[in-house]
Amino acid sequence: MTTPVLSTHKLNKSFGQLVVARDIEIALPRGVRYALIGPNGAGKTTLINLMTGMLRPDTGSIMLGEEDITKLEPQARVKRGLVRTFQINSLFPDLSALESVTLAVLERRGDAPVWWRQLPSYGEAADEAYGILKSLSLGDHAYRTTRELAYGQQRLLEIALSLATRPHVLLLDEPAAGVPKEESEGLFAAIAGLSDDITILFIEHDMDVVFRFASRIIVMVSGGILLEGTPQEIASDPRVREVYLGGANHG
Amino acid sequence: MGPLIGVLFDGFAYGMLLFLLSVGLSVTLGMMNFVNLAHCAFAMLGGYVTVTLMNVLGWPFFAAIPMAFVAAAAVSVVLERVLYRRLYQAGELDHVLLTIGLAFISVAMAAYIFGTLQQPIQTPSFLRGSIYVAGITIGIYRAFLVIIGLLVAALLVLTLEYTRFGAKVRAAVDNQRMARGLGINVDATFAITFALGSGLAGLGGALAIEIVGLDPSFAFLYLVYVLIVVSVGGLGSIWGSFVAAALIGISDVAGKYYVPELGAFLIYLVMIVLLMWRPQGLFGKR
Amino acid sequence: MNSVVASAVTPHGYLQAQARWSPLEIAFWLAAFLPFVLFPTYLSLANQIAITALFALSLDLILGYAGIVSLGHAAFFGIGAYAAGIFSKYVWGEPITGLVFAGLCAGLVGFATSFIVARFKHLTLIMMTLGIGFLVHEIANAAHWLTGGSDGLQGVRLWPIFNYFNFDLWGYTAYSYALAVLFIVFVLSRRLINSPFGLALRGIRENSTRMPAIGADSRAHIRKIYTISTAIAGLAGGLLAQTTETVSLGSIDFQRSADVVVMLVLGGAGHLYGGILGAIIFMVARDQFSGINPQFWYFPMGVLLVAVVMFLPGGILGGLARLTARFRKNPS
Repeated sequence: MTTPVLSTHKLNKSFGQLVVARDIEIALPRGVRYALIGPNGAGKTTLINLMTGMLRPDTGSIMLGEEDITKLEPQARVKRGLVRTFQINSLFPDLSALESVTLAVLERRGDAPVWWRQLPSYGEAADEAYGILKSLSLGDHAYRTTRELAYGQQRLLEIALSLATRPHVLLLDEPAAGVPKEESEGLFAAIAGLSDDITILFIEHDMDVVFRFASRIIVMVSGGILLEGTPQEIASDPRVREVYLGGANHG
Repeated sequence: MGPLIGVLFDGFAYGMLLFLLSVGLSVTLGMMNFVNLAHCAFAMLGGYVTVTLMNVLGWPFFAAIPMAFVAAAAVSVVLERVLYRRLYQAGELDHVLLTIGLAFISVAMAAYIFGTLQQPIQTPSFLRGSIYVAGITIGIYRAFLVIIGLLVAALLVLTLEYTRFGAKVRAAVDNQRMARGLGINVDATFAITFALGSGLAGLGGALAIEIVGLDPSFAFLYLVYVLIVVSVGGLGSIWGSFVAAALIGISDVAGKYYVPELGAFLIYLVMIVLLMWRPQGLFGKR
Repeated sequence: MNSVVASAVTPHGYLQAQARWSPLEIAFWLAAFLPFVLFPTYLSLANQIAITALFALSLDLILGYAGIVSLGHAAFFGIGAYAAGIFSKYVWGEPITGLVFAGLCAGLVGFATSFIVARFKHLTLIMMTLGIGFLVHEIANAAHWLTGGSDGLQGVRLWPIFNYFNFDLWGYTAYSYALAVLFIVFVLSRRLINSPFGLALRGIRENSTRMPAIGADSRAHIRKIYTISTAIAGLAGGLLAQTTETVSLGSIDFQRSADVVVMLVLGGAGHLYGGILGAIIFMVARDQFSGINPQFWYFPMGVLLVAVVMFLPGGILGGLARLTARFRKNPS
């Protein structure tokens, strides 16, 4: 058994009386496509916030490979390959798509602090950024300002930004949120086409999409993990049906 | 021992003045996160309304003081409806620019209408002079300020804790989105709170004339103190503003009495250190 | 220069087009020589404008590009002014070394305070910058033995520049000197804005919370630009001390901090020429109305501020940029 690329151990977090993460234990093996599902308020986004360092857990630890990253700053986790996207677009409105992704590339390469050399001398970074945009079919829109892009294109730019950091583990918070169903297929196809070296965990509400693209599924309810398993196991588990049909109050 | 208690008392009285000047800003900042640098312009308006009513129209002091409250509240609510509300979604830079602009305009208008000299004020004779209690001298006007400050603080706390309106304000300060979700008309609540807060500033401005004088520079001179009180006390906290105002008032008066060569140096240093230790202020939740 | 160039075909060409000097820019810098010919009696005003423009440029780097609101930037202008003045009094009157010393002193204090500035946002940040401004002002006021306090620093005497160009009464040397410094710093700032670091700064301005999620250490970026900006502000202050041979508390007070924000916002924050344009308009207007009571001067300034915020976001240059963008989209 190899070490999982990302794991949490007894992760707990509460806001006052409200418990948003309860003894979370997960272990993601390399290259797996995980779906994280659960009703609204189950703590899915909170879990991503905890793992990426946007929130500090009250107790527990987070391991990236063999390294304990519990106390690292968010940007230090990104540097180590743990990267996320946001459910609500969090982009750079006045930068062009190419500039945004180039910025992420430059940050990854450690060139961003350089102020005495001009951007045009970083042609490879721009080419790489353009390549990423093109791979997500944003090539024709690379020079447009982010705020001018259509909503679906902005969702793709979210992913492009994360790819520019060369992630080992990618946490996608509802990548298709707000995207019409016919477009979300293409978006997930793009995600499915990513390198097998990247371990992916995505939050998604559309069960068709979840069963199609996830190799394993984690179900969360009120801050805790209800169960984890293959799509077949999850589909046939009565507790999952209860959570979704009977409300979260029974467990 | 004598001077110490005297200095403490004077400082506390000065602190109560700062409390009146700043509590409104603290609550409105807590509700809307709107950085209103024109707050002391409303205070200055209250001051000029008072001296005009008294010196030009011959009103008595206690009749003029409430009008300072009314005038500042009325003008502020008009500005809130016409200008401020359009920028609630904007960043703090826009807030700062708009309200500095308004403060600038108020300074120029005050200078144009009233000149740049200090305005004289004739407080009632029974508020003048001082009394001698247990070995220390207490200025009657300062004692009066302390009483007003305590009264206003008590009134505010009671309003916030025990009235329906107060509950709405607390809900809006606590979590604006939740409050809206509960069907509270946050905009209207805010407009009223804003008017009340500015009115209190106007009252403070009127009461301040006797202690610190009144000229067009008031809008900026005391803004700094008010901002210090608000940020040290914590946004949206009446108790925080009260404690911070008392602290700042006492340290300012004591500092100027014991180490005059340092000037206001100590106040700024205390503020920076305090904010580094607790960026959300002494009593702030965020 | 943010305009999207439609003809850019390659990513590389696109970046190059963004960094290119436009004819308008070159014309602008050539026009900076006009005062020598057209307004030789106004050279001391031109000198003041160049110095103020440099100060506004320094603020633009943090406010316009990195989105950090500072209401205490005069602290560093003042530190530079006092440093240059004191240097000439106690070390020697050589201007260039004195100016470098001014920039270093301001940059050093800026670096120390950058750790505070990088930690905070919103109201707390505004309070911190205000607090730093007032603190430095109080120190300058209290250290009478060194700064002359409210009497101002007297006895600043400068040697000729390069031991040749005397500071003359009409301001030929002063304006040439200030313009040269402004131009050099401008070119460097322009390089900085078009560098990877400049792009990172715009990223911070556009979305500071996203930056960590692409692996950026925003605080380190902010510390760096704040230090650079404060050093430039120090240069501007140093220039003022050297060319006027006196330093007053006015070089360090809140008024100066507020003025420079007004100029920058009027001209257009986030445009390299915004601060320069704002400084020109502001200083010329103030010179024209210098006869009136200084407190009345607040009125047009206040109205301008309100108007810019309500109707002209991005200032004059921001408005022009929108106009040209609209024109490009539907060329009639």
